[in-house]
Amino acid sequence: MSVLVYTESEEGKFKKAAFEVASYAKEVANMLGTTVTAVSINASDSSELGNYGVDKVLEIKNDKLSTFNAKAYAGALQQAAEKEGAKVVVVSSSANSKFLVPLLAVHLHAGYASNVVALPESTAPFTVRRTAFTNKAFSKTEISTEIKIIGLSNNAFGLKEASGAAMAEGFDPSLSDADFALTVTAVDKATDKVSIADAEIVVSGGRGLKGPENWGMIEELADVLGAATACSKPVSDMGWRPHGEHVGQTGKPVASNLYIAVGISGAIQHLAGINSSKVKVVINNDPEAPFFKAADYGIIGDAFEVVPQLIEKLKEFKTNNA
Amino acid sequence: MKILVCISHVPDTTSKINFTEGDTKFDTNGVQFVINPNDEFGLTRAMWFKEKQGASVDVVNVGGPETEPTLRKALAIGADSAIRVNTEATDGFYVAKQLAKVVQDGGYDLVIAGRESIDYNGGMVPGMLAALTGANFVNTCIGIEIDGDTATAIREIDGGKETSTTKLPLVVGGQKGLVEESDLRIPNMRGIMMARKKPLNVIEPVETTQETKAIKFEKPAPKGDVTLISPDDVGQLVTLLHNEAKAI
Repeated sequence: MSVLVYTESEEGKFKKAAFEVASYAKEVANMLGTTVTAVSINASDSSELGNYGVDKVLEIKNDKLSTFNAKAYAGALQQAAEKEGAKVVVVSSSANSKFLVPLLAVHLHAGYASNVVALPESTAPFTVRRTAFTNKAFSKTEISTEIKIIGLSNNAFGLKEASGAAMAEGFDPSLSDADFALTVTAVDKATDKVSIADAEIVVSGGRGLKGPENWGMIEELADVLGAATACSKPVSDMGWRPHGEHVGQTGKPVASNLYIAVGISGAIQHLAGINSSKVKVVINNDPEAPFFKAADYGIIGDAFEVVPQLIEKLKEFKTNNA
Repeated sequence: MKILVCISHVPDTTSKINFTEGDTKFDTNGVQFVINPNDEFGLTRAMWFKEKQGASVDVVNVGGPETEPTLRKALAIGADSAIRVNTEATDGFYVAKQLAKVVQDGGYDLVIAGRESIDYNGGMVPGMLAALTGANFVNTCIGIEIDGDTATAIREIDGGKETSTTKLPLVVGGQKGLVEESDLRIPNMRGIMMARKKPLNVIEPVETTQETKAIKFEKPAPKGDVTLISPDDVGQLVTLLHNEAKAI
């Protein structure tokens, strides 16, 4: 009856979110007086998981699962949960996890709470704190089924190192042709860029930048910080930037450690989407911009003057702290 | 091709969010309700199927009579008929069960739902509906084409996009990208007049269990004042982000 955690990997390497969900699962297991079992799919070295409290790893190595497939992955996790008699399953908020979890929940007859931001407030009844109304509120939610699935928000819990060894065990779930009813034909992914979901820092540009030709400095600022780039809704609607960069209520949520908004006024929908970020910085020439009420740090000034200076100062900082 | 578009009735994106009855219920006072934005992109995409490939488009909502104006709006935009499952939408699983019945009875080839509603953000109804009806499923869908019984779908992944092919019946968790913001349709007078005559069938819910329950709501703690830094002293921001915020 261990806590089961799905630790995602990409090209054999665990994602940071995998260590975060493992850390979280360990604390939940402590609350329940049980252990943590992780499921890894085609990860090359699962021993790393021991550093985040995982006691046992069910290692799946299967070429058929080399490309993500929601139905097949959900099937594998279901079989792992049944084998372990898991009562709690923890997953991340990655696009892939959010894709597979509803399928898993139905098959396990498990109640699912997404966007969870803290440890369970109690385990009997089982209640969690999650965001609702697109970060404009929190909801205390009770999961009343025997098996519970928790979707942990990115960056909500952080990493907690533990000293332990994860015992690895091969696991070979049975997969049927029906699990592969969907065939991936193309993946288009920038490999040299940090994605918004995985980023510690996000640099975002708005209409104040006046045109797509001015995005060079946003990209340079992001480069210096190792950050992902994002944009406001009007910018994506006008086609200055791809939709995948739109953050806000109808775009992507951002839960980074640092969010830097340049030339974004801060409409209520935008602020909702980025509210879970820990530290918010705004650079805008309009002192009345609503973003100043939501930010931790602000500079009232012309982005075209401030941003290049900021890039220089950050480069100096990096040199001095290297 | 028979298409069903699932419509959530949600507070307008500009709404201030408040709670009542001891913070256990969303306060609808003064709130304007709209078609969930993620659903509206799907509805418009369904209209294109109808116009270009001759599909029929039904819309469905699980909710009380107060959601009917939202369904009428979907009819005014061009859906052929509407179904309302007459019950309170208590949680994602409960809603998915209600929709599964509608999908099975209606024999739909394609179901388009938003990837999540902007109120409870559960993000589970489309996937659960697919699992309950045995249909194929694509989440965070930003593009879809249908040719015969084969669908080609593009979904957003972290840091990019992925194209896949699958067979109908298919459930899609849609979002912006299915169509653009500028493609969304505002109902015109003719559409509104016609919508009044289109069927809106009210059906009673199937019995099922509720798996999760929102017990209490809370608004985020008010934020402290912003620390303003002079544009002539940008280095100060770097110092504060490092020493005070510990963000770099």
